Amino acid sequence: MLIGGAIAAGAPAEAGKPSREGLFNAETFTLKNGLRGVVVVNRRAPVALHMLWYKVGAMDEPAGKSGIAHFLEHLLFKGTKTLKSGEFSKIVAANGGQENAFTSWDYTGYYQFVAKDRLARMMKLEADRMANLVLSEDDVVQERRVILEERRSRIEGRPSSILWEQARRALYLNHGYGRPIIGWMHEMERLSRQDALDFYKRYYGPNNAVLVVAGDVDAAEVHRLAKKYYGPVPRVELPPRRKLAEPPQRAERRVIYRDRRVRRPSFSRMYYAPGYNSPAAQHAYALQVLARLLGSSSTSLLYQNLVVRRKLATTAGSGYSATRRGPSSFYLHALPKPGVSMDRLEKAVDAELAKILKNGVPEEEVEAAKQQLRDMAIFARDNARTGANAIASSLMIGRTVADVEEWPARIGAVTVDRVNAAARHVLQRRKSVTALLLPEQPTGGKPTGGKPAGVNPAGGKKAEVQKR
Amino acid sequence: MTVLPRIAGPAAALAVAALALFAASAASATVEVREVVSKSGIAAWLVEDHSNPVLSVSFGFRAGGSRDPAGKEGLAELTSVLLDEGAGGMNALTFQKKLERLSIRLEFEVGRDQFRGTLRTLSRNRDTAFETIGLALTQPRFDADAVERMRGSLLSSFLGKTRQPRYLARRAFWSSAYPGHPYGRPVSGTEKSLGAIVRADLQRFVADNFARDNLFIGVVGDVTPAQLSALLDKAFGGLPPKQNPRPVPAAAPKLQGGIVVERFDAPQSVAVFGQPGLPRRHPDYYAAYILNHIMGGGGFTSRLYREIREKRGLAYSVYSYLWPLRRSALMLGGVATQNARVAESVKIVRAEWAHMAREGPTAEELAAAKKYLTGSYPLRFSSSSRIADMLVGVQFEGLGRGYFAKRNGYIEKVTLADVRRVARSLLKPDRLTFFIVGKPAGL
Repeated sequence: MLIGGAIAAGAPAEAGKPSREGLFNAETFTLKNGLRGVVVVNRRAPVALHMLWYKVGAMDEPAGKSGIAHFLEHLLFKGTKTLKSGEFSKIVAANGGQENAFTSWDYTGYYQFVAKDRLARMMKLEADRMANLVLSEDDVVQERRVILEERRSRIEGRPSSILWEQARRALYLNHGYGRPIIGWMHEMERLSRQDALDFYKRYYGPNNAVLVVAGDVDAAEVHRLAKKYYGPVPRVELPPRRKLAEPPQRAERRVIYRDRRVRRPSFSRMYYAPGYNSPAAQHAYALQVLARLLGSSSTSLLYQNLVVRRKLATTAGSGYSATRRGPSSFYLHALPKPGVSMDRLEKAVDAELAKILKNGVPEEEVEAAKQQLRDMAIFARDNARTGANAIASSLMIGRTVADVEEWPARIGAVTVDRVNAAARHVLQRRKSVTALLLPEQPTGGKPTGGKPAGVNPAGGKKAEVQKR
Repeated sequence: MTVLPRIAGPAAALAVAALALFAASAASATVEVREVVSKSGIAAWLVEDHSNPVLSVSFGFRAGGSRDPAGKEGLAELTSVLLDEGAGGMNALTFQKKLERLSIRLEFEVGRDQFRGTLRTLSRNRDTAFETIGLALTQPRFDADAVERMRGSLLSSFLGKTRQPRYLARRAFWSSAYPGHPYGRPVSGTEKSLGAIVRADLQRFVADNFARDNLFIGVVGDVTPAQLSALLDKAFGGLPPKQNPRPVPAAAPKLQGGIVVERFDAPQSVAVFGQPGLPRRHPDYYAAYILNHIMGGGGFTSRLYREIREKRGLAYSVYSYLWPLRRSALMLGGVATQNARVAESVKIVRAEWAHMAREGPTAEELAAAKKYLTGSYPLRFSSSSRIADMLVGVQFEGLGRGYFAKRNGYIEKVTLADVRRVARSLLKPDRLTFFIVGKPAGL
């Protein structure tokens, strides 16, 4: 469950049924203990998505404990004062529920997807593990092996992931976003039961959480159930929120990774970019439009120019998400065609960007991109999950439900001038990391091959690590 | 969402198969499925839903990679990425821009037995949307420029995959299980086979397979039966009446047990394992389905999950599933463990297989599995595109429109004796064959 792009920030748009003036028409409440609740009604199936999101993620980890937020997420599936280890998932399954959890730099979330008459049962379980987690040393030792295998699968086994991890570290000079969500191997190996419990006690409580229920439910009934199950959970004393500002980005960086598993090189570049909460947040909406018209499909500028016209790449694209507690990034990627040198491709990418900065983006493309983004919002209303995720992630980064509901209008207000201003603000080499994935250097002999495991550009903006 | 979704890898191909599998066991009293037949005789299943002004369409042909001629592997796949690269009077850019400007998403996906198309559109653009399906299916241009571009894209994807342990393990599995049979050949092609495909092959693939007697359609959303009837003719009325299929013979998988290791320099070994399975229409299919759920299909509660991940921390992911192909059947699984301990994972999978074959599940396990499988059933009906896919899956398998209402009953009816009998007859610990890519210690 990756969230991050436009749709996560998105909300249904104006073209909805006349009877529904709102977007998701979310209703909200706050319990006395500080738990915020959001209800998104969607009656297409008799189901309920029950989610609890905590405003804590990898960026909040103490130095030396990288990976603890994600490790704790795994450990929440162990026992509580009243449930044996593993019993949680058995109960969910016996109720026909699908469940999982996810960790990002900004938040950690848990969900169960159930028939609507099982909602109360899920609330009871989730409220229980909010305050009553019990971990045995054995649980911790076994689960630590699991996350180490997870790291081997996700990172060590994928050269493109190894590169992205290094590149992120280079992009953020001061912020926790430079740390991998899953953690550095050498620190993960030493994460202890006490580390997990400390993190749990510090951040897991109703006043640091948002409850989101979406589906065929009634808002008043959800509120009543929330009071019953989550109401008795005591507040926690939250530590002051760490807010690390980035120093000025002054020097262009290059990160080059060679791996014998790589069969073809790939080019990517991340530009340091504002998110919704950044000092330069006025660019956040225009950047979504820019990412769309620059590199979201095979009609977009980068693909048309690099792949179709100049035939230098097999694919090319760009991406951006504004939904971050801290700074964000705007990224580009391209895979060179066999026989095209990395240097030539990079020059061509820069030439395209220079053209855009000099001449500005075409107005027609801006209008088309805006329309597509707003249409995405209508599709988002097709199921309960998309709206719930968009609202929850928005609340997690300190924004409001209204910000999500108004998203289509704000996208609609973006002008060509704003897109050009955003491009000029962000597309500066001194604020960027260029990341190259290359085959292992030939040692006298021939190069080992030509192509990569396909740089997974999504890897670069991967906002979450899933639990299971 | 920022990657150009031009290439369907093995995961995507798998998804198609899994769809059929799930559709097979899906059911819901929550949807009303109607059959709509157009003037020209095109039939589709429809679930009306006017709550949101959108429409999802899924359609498919029985024509996947298994119908690629020998030496032209990847033909179905290459066709699938070229159908939106220009059709009728429009070149690739014009065609794609037209779709994008109207927020119409038209995608194609290929599996071994299926060629699937999906369409998503706002109601207000549905006329154009259905017209473009028609153009893509009946007048694809296969312009030289587009063919070379997409061939390059698939080639690059192929070369990338040849250094991915999971792909290598799966490839080894399929080619060993089905030597000399279309199922043994790579759906996404090879460097050589992709290079051998010419324009006439693409045209022939379309002419042979995209036909009305080979077509299955599911529609969900904001459209009435009368409106749909006219739309169906726009999209599919131009197809020829009859297909000219390339025969795919029935085949039993040649899996004789043992462990095949392919050395690969990575810290973790990826293992794919499998044995013969059961055809979708076999009377014991539901018992086997439940059996697999208990063995390795059931998320966080299966035996493999418990023994390998929860108790020993040997893997992040371990699973098994039934894969009923059209002309064969498999039971498959996978696990990835660090090189030093992967032998232990293999040993445990084997032991669990043997244990289950001998004793079958417990009554408690069966009860829990039934509760999950029936209780989670409505969850599958929570988005238009998913329902549309199921409508097609059920038609592919010939299960009938009433299937959705009956499916939970099929699960409920299975007894402990049934599952134990099927465990004994189906599970073959000595034929369970492992394909491991990595540097596994002691193997």
